[in-house]
Amino acid sequence: MKTDTAVLSLRGISKNFGAVAALTDVDLDVSAGQVVAIVGDNGAGKSTLVKVLAGVHRPDTGTITFAGRAATIDSPAAAHALGIATVFQDLALCENLNVVENLFLGREIRRSRLDEVAMETRSWELLRQLSAKIPTVRIPVASLSGGQRQTVAIARSLLGDPKIIILDEPTAALGVEQTAEVLNLIERLRERGLGVLMISHNMEDVRAVADRVVVLRLGRNNGVFDAAEVSTEDLVAAITGAADNVATRRERERNNR
Amino acid sequence: MTRTKAAPALDLLDERLRHGEGLKPALGAIADRIRSGDLGALPIVVGLVVIWTVFQLLNPVFLSSANLVNLLMESVSVGIIALGIVCVLLVGQIDLSVGSVSGLSAALTAVTFVSGGWPGWLSILAAIAAGALIGWVYAQLVTRLGVPSFVATLAGLLGFLGLQLWLLGSKGAINLPFDSGLVHFAQLDFVPAWLSYVLVAVAAAAMFLTGYSLARARRAAGLSGRSTPLLLARSVAVLLGLGFAVWYLNQARGVGWLFVCFVGLVLVLHYVLTRTAWGRAVFAIGGNVEAARRAGINVKRRYVSVFMLCSSLAALGGLIAAARLAAANQASGAGDVNLNAIAAAVIGGTSLFGGRGSAFSALLGVLVIQSISSGLTLLDLDSSFRFMVTGLVLALAVALDSVARRSRAAHGRA
Repeated sequence: MKTDTAVLSLRGISKNFGAVAALTDVDLDVSAGQVVAIVGDNGAGKSTLVKVLAGVHRPDTGTITFAGRAATIDSPAAAHALGIATVFQDLALCENLNVVENLFLGREIRRSRLDEVAMETRSWELLRQLSAKIPTVRIPVASLSGGQRQTVAIARSLLGDPKIIILDEPTAALGVEQTAEVLNLIERLRERGLGVLMISHNMEDVRAVADRVVVLRLGRNNGVFDAAEVSTEDLVAAITGAADNVATRRERERNNR
Repeated sequence: MTRTKAAPALDLLDERLRHGEGLKPALGAIADRIRSGDLGALPIVVGLVVIWTVFQLLNPVFLSSANLVNLLMESVSVGIIALGIVCVLLVGQIDLSVGSVSGLSAALTAVTFVSGGWPGWLSILAAIAAGALIGWVYAQLVTRLGVPSFVATLAGLLGFLGLQLWLLGSKGAINLPFDSGLVHFAQLDFVPAWLSYVLVAVAAAAMFLTGYSLARARRAAGLSGRSTPLLLARSVAVLLGLGFAVWYLNQARGVGWLFVCFVGLVLVLHYVLTRTAWGRAVFAIGGNVEAARRAGINVKRRYVSVFMLCSSLAALGGLIAAARLAAANQASGAGDVNLNAIAAAVIGGTSLFGGRGSAFSALLGVLVIQSISSGLTLLDLDSSFRFMVTGLVLALAVALDSVARRSRAAHGRA
């Protein structure tokens, strides 16, 4: 593990909700220009981990190191200030506002009044860098496809100049082509030298784009794999915690065929 | 990056865009918008034409200069109240107590000015401050205690009506002296004919200049801008339209300063809603409150400012109504004032569902409401008919809002 170059390192993170241990002793590393996928079953603690990093929940124990320095993330603003941007699954876009308005919502460029021209040029610049397929930035977000909305949400998180970007189920609700669009976008983020942390249920997406795969099971680390080498079978086994069950057998049969 | 003169603008590069600058494509885009349910001001213009035609056929006095002058003057107080309603609706809330607050403000002005002997400006200021305080209380109830604004303001409707009656005492009415500046301003101050034409010319020129400077800034930044002939055509249309309206009104008493101030207020609010971060936040909260919160907007503070603005405008509208009448009485702000203001905002095109609308909807909506009221009065029909017709128009407007909203969703517009 390349702990020395990691931008973000978690060591021994635990989080309890009452009697339920949502996270126990979780370690995680993300380096610049690296895509790390977090996979796990429902209730494995993926969302809790994201919320810890986004500043929604505070961990009970454990240390977070960001860019070589110990950090505490006790609020969404603190996460932002550190350089951790999170794109949640619901995207949090205002459908009645257009792309530019959504991108700059809450941090408008203004002199005495809103500088629409500067915001629009900056938007185009950003979307071009991401090779985003958005025809015009002056239409309401309501008219965009799921993939385009995901793009807008990711582009918005980039405006804060983050070092780590967390994507919560970025392809969950998307069709084939839109999924490809978002996966391309994730590659683009890696090229820009960002650390990407991606939560996903979809093994194919994970293996297509991730460098490393971190498996969580019942709130604990259950293996870190190199995405280029690991088989889907091994991943499923790590996720379910068993080498022999219906899901792994099906994978094995598929591979044998 | 070097850009040749012929290179397309930065925002028109995508091949899927159906481009076009100039007059004809602009009209085509408008037609497209309307077909998909983004109706804009169209229903209201059609509605106004229908209403005016019907009333003109029933009573030829309706479209006379004298009646239209009156109609405009009468529409100001409800129009100002409707401006506040627009803001509250934009953030997805409602204020049902604007009528009572306007009545209370009328009573407060009369009591302090006439009975208390305060100077006029202080009475006015006190009434508006009271309005702002009421809005602040609503906002606290909504943001801190989580009371739905519907209920909080319904309680206010009853409570402030009671306070108004108590303030007016057993006599139930206080007359404002005719020689006071407020009453004079509301009833007798008209813009001189020459000045009214100058104002129209200034408005058209300002419209062209702001449009032109924006288009130039956009082209300088490599974006597309509205073509100069289009801007020119728009300004000339405004010049001719407003010029004719003012000329027609000048055949009678002309345009009241009161109405000019109302239009000024509409323009100021329009600017604030569309060109400032506050306005952007208001639209965002109405569209998706959670998204606005996560974008770092202080949602509570925006609610406080919007409720305070709405109640202050209601207070201002109330004291103008009192000045028009030269009296504050138990009926001030009672009856249909409340619903007329809300109806005006909705009829004008501000959505009840939040996040869509404009300051101009208060101006357009109140013209419809006041036209109905004036037309029925000319036909010697009493308030029973006015209530029924206004109720019908409100139901139509809300139905149109809902249908257009569904159509927009189907056509992928917000």
